[in-house]
Amino acid sequence: MWIEYAIASFFASAAFGIIYQAPRNTIIKCGLVGMVGWMIYAFLVWKEVDSVPATLTASFVIALISQTLARRSRTPMIIFSVPGIIPLVPGSLAYDAMRNFVLNDYSAAISIAAKAFMISGAIAFGLVFSEVLNQIIKKMKQTKAEVR
Amino acid sequence: MERTEDLIELCLLMGKMMQQNGAETYRVEDTMTRIAQSFGRDESQSYVTPTGIMFTISPGAHAKLVRVSARETNLEKVNLANDVSRKIASGDMSIHEAYKELRKIETSPTDYSILMQIIAATLASGFFTIMFQGSWYDFLPACVAGGLGFIALINFIRLFEIKFVAEFVASLLIGFTAFSLFSLGIGKEVDKIVVGSIMPLVPGLLITNAVRDLMAGHLISGLTKGAEAFLTAFAIGAGIAVMFALF
Repeated sequence: MWIEYAIASFFASAAFGIIYQAPRNTIIKCGLVGMVGWMIYAFLVWKEVDSVPATLTASFVIALISQTLARRSRTPMIIFSVPGIIPLVPGSLAYDAMRNFVLNDYSAAISIAAKAFMISGAIAFGLVFSEVLNQIIKKMKQTKAEVR
Repeated sequence: MERTEDLIELCLLMGKMMQQNGAETYRVEDTMTRIAQSFGRDESQSYVTPTGIMFTISPGAHAKLVRVSARETNLEKVNLANDVSRKIASGDMSIHEAYKELRKIETSPTDYSILMQIIAATLASGFFTIMFQGSWYDFLPACVAGGLGFIALINFIRLFEIKFVAEFVASLLIGFTAFSLFSLGIGKEVDKIVVGSIMPLVPGLLITNAVRDLMAGHLISGLTKGAEAFLTAFAIGAGIAVMFALF
């Protein structure tokens, strides 16, 4: 199952890299970022962690890796983070919610939609949190350099 | 005086390009003010929304507006625009050179052919089905449905010009393909096939960006993107639901 997950998430993220027109030499990295993110998520869910904190952790790690890769290749971070978070994105939940809305099952729809909202919030929070952390580290390095 | 006008045009073009191709709102604003700064204008202000960009070079000067009518995600163009802004910041590029370069990037053809994108969407659909715990029996039908849906989407967007309608029709086609294949005995779980094959259409990224913009304090951007995402999700859900009712 884990190998299946690894292969599937790698190709899904890399394919989204192509759909979103990421530069050619970054496609494999996009796939790897997506794979790492999805493996963390799947592992945490398998360990019976709720999907919201699992998503938060995975997106935090994705953002960290994307920042490192971006700094090395001097590209914007979103080139790696956008295809990377695609597997985590609650597309299927959003679809499920909409399906229930259209089928008149409003109470199920609302609860699924709330879950989708929480998960997208978790992804966004993971990304923002790691960016803030990155800025703090940068600032600390700067002040250190100034003191010297 | 002419130099100032050119600088404003450059900043607006840069902002428009980045916004159109899917850069984050804060990065667009940041890049525009930074370009102005590297030509000695420290007091510029920019206001970026998904549908339009306003920019003023100094307090009291005229504000200029540029409309952003179509948005897509093209990371290569964001990357190239970022390169240009980096060169401007390090003083390697004049206003004119940068402007010319940006125009060239704007009109340059996309890196991947349509065919490659279709293949990518096809594979992505299949692999998403696997990730959502579908079996390998569902892989092929998901590929077929997802690929057809993606082809329908890119063609219908040109035809209808209203994205909402194109997405609705594309998801109708996905639903139809998935359910017909399933009733022919191809595939195990129709739900997993459908979920996987709509993934190339689903506005997941838009939802996440919306929440992120809201968190960063770009309230208008966040709400606009949220509305766009909701409309797309509604179109897809409705298209599939029609097929549910029929089969």
